[in-house]
Amino acid sequence: MNLPETGALVDMRGVTKRYGGVTALEGVDFTVAPGQAVCLAGENGSGKSTLIKILAGVERPTEGEIRIGGKPMTGLDPRKAAAAGVMVIYQDFSLFPNLSVAENIAMSRDLNAGRRFFDRRAAQGTARAVLDRIGVDIPLKARLETLSVAHKQLVAICRALACEARLIIMDEPTTALTGREVRALLGIIRLLKDQGVAVVFVSHKLAEVLDVSEKVVVLRNGCKVAEGPANTFDAASLTRHMTGRDVPEISPGPYAGSGETLMKVDRLQKSGAFADVNFGLRRGEVLGVTGLLGSGRTSLAKALFGLVRPDTGSITVDGHPVPLGDPMAAAAARIGYVPEDRLTEGLFLAQSILRNVTVGRLGAHERIGFLDRPALENEAQGWLTRLKVKASSIAAPVQSLSGGNQQRVVLARWLARAPRVLILNGPSVGVDVGSKAEIHDIIRDLGAKGLGVIVISDDLPELIATCHRILVMKGGRMVDEIASGTVSEDELAQRLAS
Amino acid sequence: MTALLSRNETLVAVVIALFCIVASLSDPNFFTVTTLSDLLRASIVLGILAVGAMLVLISGGIDVSFTAVAVSAMYIATKTALTFWPDMPWQLIFMLSILTGAGLGAINGLFIAGFGLPTLIVTLGTLSVFRGFLLTFVGSERISALPPEMREFSRMMIARGTTQGGDFYSLPWSLAALAGVIVLTAVILHKTMLGRSIFALGGSVESARRIGIDVRRTQFFVYVYAGALAGLAGILHGSMGRMADPFSLVGLELSVIAAVVLGGARLIGGYGTITGTLLGVGLIVLVQNSLIVIGIPSTWQSVTIGALILLGTGLPAWQAKRAAAREG
Repeated sequence: MNLPETGALVDMRGVTKRYGGVTALEGVDFTVAPGQAVCLAGENGSGKSTLIKILAGVERPTEGEIRIGGKPMTGLDPRKAAAAGVMVIYQDFSLFPNLSVAENIAMSRDLNAGRRFFDRRAAQGTARAVLDRIGVDIPLKARLETLSVAHKQLVAICRALACEARLIIMDEPTTALTGREVRALLGIIRLLKDQGVAVVFVSHKLAEVLDVSEKVVVLRNGCKVAEGPANTFDAASLTRHMTGRDVPEISPGPYAGSGETLMKVDRLQKSGAFADVNFGLRRGEVLGVTGLLGSGRTSLAKALFGLVRPDTGSITVDGHPVPLGDPMAAAAARIGYVPEDRLTEGLFLAQSILRNVTVGRLGAHERIGFLDRPALENEAQGWLTRLKVKASSIAAPVQSLSGGNQQRVVLARWLARAPRVLILNGPSVGVDVGSKAEIHDIIRDLGAKGLGVIVISDDLPELIATCHRILVMKGGRMVDEIASGTVSEDELAQRLAS
Repeated sequence: MTALLSRNETLVAVVIALFCIVASLSDPNFFTVTTLSDLLRASIVLGILAVGAMLVLISGGIDVSFTAVAVSAMYIATKTALTFWPDMPWQLIFMLSILTGAGLGAINGLFIAGFGLPTLIVTLGTLSVFRGFLLTFVGSERISALPPEMREFSRMMIARGTTQGGDFYSLPWSLAALAGVIVLTAVILHKTMLGRSIFALGGSVESARRIGIDVRRTQFFVYVYAGALAGLAGILHGSMGRMADPFSLVGLELSVIAAVVLGGARLIGGYGTITGTLLGVGLIVLVQNSLIVIGIPSTWQSVTIGALILLGTGLPAWQAKRAAAREG
């Protein structure tokens, strides 16, 4: 790629970062031109976060030099980076839920200007000006916590713009957005580029942002392994560069089980969430449930495991009715549920892998009131080996694991209980590409072993790769049923949005 | 409309209004200038303490040591005056108490902002330490012979008199102290970047750090300011009660925090209004002083206050949960 390197907004050369004996980055060159959008791709642990932290001044490089706007930056710290126009929008947006939209947008700028007094009117003026600049209308006085995720992200972008950002770095910008919101975001990115603002997308899910990007840089194990114009990359080649191997996603093929109905959901209804939901799940079948945010898919997932109490309807497993709204009863009927937000709903983060895996198995390993600890450890170790969890030991806390491995620990916990029906809500949210393919392998394998699996997801390639059948929800109702292998991702997306 | 209804302020104001209606129905003498001036007087110390506690809650912390700070500052200032300069002007005695309070607050601030320790743990510790230190090293006898200037202050009235109906009323100058605290705190919270930083801190410490707020300095200020307010409240309490009692005030901290929480401040930080806090104080003072008027035995005080807290904080939380369930 022939960029006028002299005009580069950011020019990082030979950047190396070592933590003790571990090399996180090795001689990486990274440039961004004004108004350019760059995809920085890489799996967890590839060094992309480290590179960004160095650029934002949060970490100091061990070696290498950084120029911003042509000026060499020595001893870069967050304030200097911000003053030079480099703004990072973290995945959590780093906003203040209790403050108004206007204040969230204006506060950084006021602080940077060294103001001592706060002027609400001036803050609203600042906020109004940047919102107009990107052509978005969000009520200025609304409390941030009342906004949708997509609007919060826009507020974060506006905050960066209010500080005269010349480069906005967005960490995992599309993870929490629906398809429509992603398209709206891309429109705004185009607008910013026209205004001369450069954007770096940091993600392991980049196919969606390729359209608006000029350049792609892929990191793997701390080294730059690929760089080139965005139009020479596609989802498959990105994945190949990121993982260093081909990860072809195979579809599960037609359903080949016994056809015996395992779980039956009859006229399930919850006012305000979903209505008239009927479906059957066969032994050995992987069933997908999808829908846009707000379609009721999450409430339905929770209702199937008793976390939400439906108003009417029935759920039966093997012909036996399961009491509604009672997670204990659902677990006793051997339904397993892996939540969407494993960090807050699924795991005891600070506790060991062993405890996390075996927490549902304490009863089974009780001997006259005492725990049979060796048996517990053996069982946990067995599952970790089968699910290929990468961990130093079963005593390590779960929070020390990567997203993919954490998800496997949650899976191991439920599999240890030998469930008949396993409900997976967003099984690969926040998981890198390589682990994702392996989790999909696990899901297909579970189906083949005779479990009934329900995958609830808005990740369409994931559904196509794992499910025999896909149910589409809209406005709380099942509106479509699609057999596996009959649709492409684009067709599925259209049927979802129509 | 629903936004207004779901606010704690509205709820507390409605309860206060209901209370007053019931009280004046059961006792025609309740709704008089005398009662009002009594209630106002009783609200001064509690109100100042509550404003300090609110600031701490907004910043995302909790302070349970402020009563010990208040009583220590009051007693130390009084005793210093009596020992070294019995005729010390009341302004100076007040200043001494406020500075002592700020100093003790700075100790809280040092542990919390400096060493990053949890606020509840630190202030639970200093609550005991401050009070123990006071009783062991400064003194444990009640002093009723206050410096003459302090007695003088307690007799200074903004207004006093008798209404045509024969009801006696008086508004002491300490009420002006409460008003001053309210104005100063309102200005800090809403007109300065420091105040906005306190709100930001309570919203998200990590985000505050990322946008360049000096988290430690802001926290340190909060505890010093809360300490200074406690010092002021303490000396007002001493001079209005015309006695420096080292055993007083401690034990009130939960009532004060209850008032602040009733007024809509959240324990998770980031939320709280002065209006709400004052309404909360008003309600607590009403319950403490006038429950007996509407025929409820005074032993029911704590039950009532507890029930009000459950209602006042539980109702908005329940509404939020229902709203969340509807979104799904």
